[in-house]
Amino acid sequence: MEPTTTSYLVLAALLFGIGATGLMIRRNPLVMFMCIELMLNAVNLTFVALATRFSDIDGQTAVFFVMVVAAAEVVVGLGIIISIMRRRPGATVDDLAELRG
Amino acid sequence: MELIVFVLASAMVLSGAVGVVMFKNPVHAALGLVLTLFGVAVHFVSMEAHFLAAVQVIVYAGAIVVLFLFVIMLLGVDRAEDLTIEPLKLQRPVAAVLGAGVTVLVAGAVVRGADTLGRESVVSAPGDSNIRALARSLYSDHVLAFELTSVLLIVAVAGTVVLTRRVKKSEG
Repeated sequence: MEPTTTSYLVLAALLFGIGATGLMIRRNPLVMFMCIELMLNAVNLTFVALATRFSDIDGQTAVFFVMVVAAAEVVVGLGIIISIMRRRPGATVDDLAELRG
Repeated sequence: MELIVFVLASAMVLSGAVGVVMFKNPVHAALGLVLTLFGVAVHFVSMEAHFLAAVQVIVYAGAIVVLFLFVIMLLGVDRAEDLTIEPLKLQRPVAAVLGAGVTVLVAGAVVRGADTLGRESVVSAPGDSNIRALARSLYSDHVLAFELTSVLLIVAVAGTVVLTRRVKKSEG
């Protein structure tokens, strides 16, 4: 017995759900970023599973672009977090509500 | 054999993901993220996506997690999160219920739609080598998007340098 495409898709769904739950539960901005990475990886897993199932390489190309965008997003996001934390050490995401005008 | 690899890698992925959500210490959460990323890389290998598996290990587990750990150490937030302050009551229980609902709905939709995929197993015989096929797709059909990613990376790096730069004559 071998794992089917559906088993990979179910695993990706579970991973996506865990990431979404963590994004809503946690308040540390760094951990919330990690949860976004979990959700991106779930989507990558779906892309590769279906690309292999249909023997179409375009799914893997999409995963390549997702990885590039994820790297750029992490760099910019961590830059923003650093500049916020430098001014207010120990800030959680709720403290940013003070930014409203 | 395939099934054993699948079960072991899935256990890695799911336990690492639960660790990211549950660990109080951000450093431990980052290590859970490494476990998850390696598990996904194992899945990529077993689905014949060798290049993406290598990129997953190098870029994600190598660069991104190291960046996370660097920022955690730099900011000194590697202590436990203070969970006694609750700005929004009921937020955590509602979030947990919502997350479980999303998980069940997506997984249920996948299982219901399983018939449209047929019973064929994932691993099929690829005609061409993985890297060559990927390169052909990337440099012919998607060459414009590939060039745009280089612009995106340059903009991201320059923007981050501007964001985190210390201005000499600032009041702080």
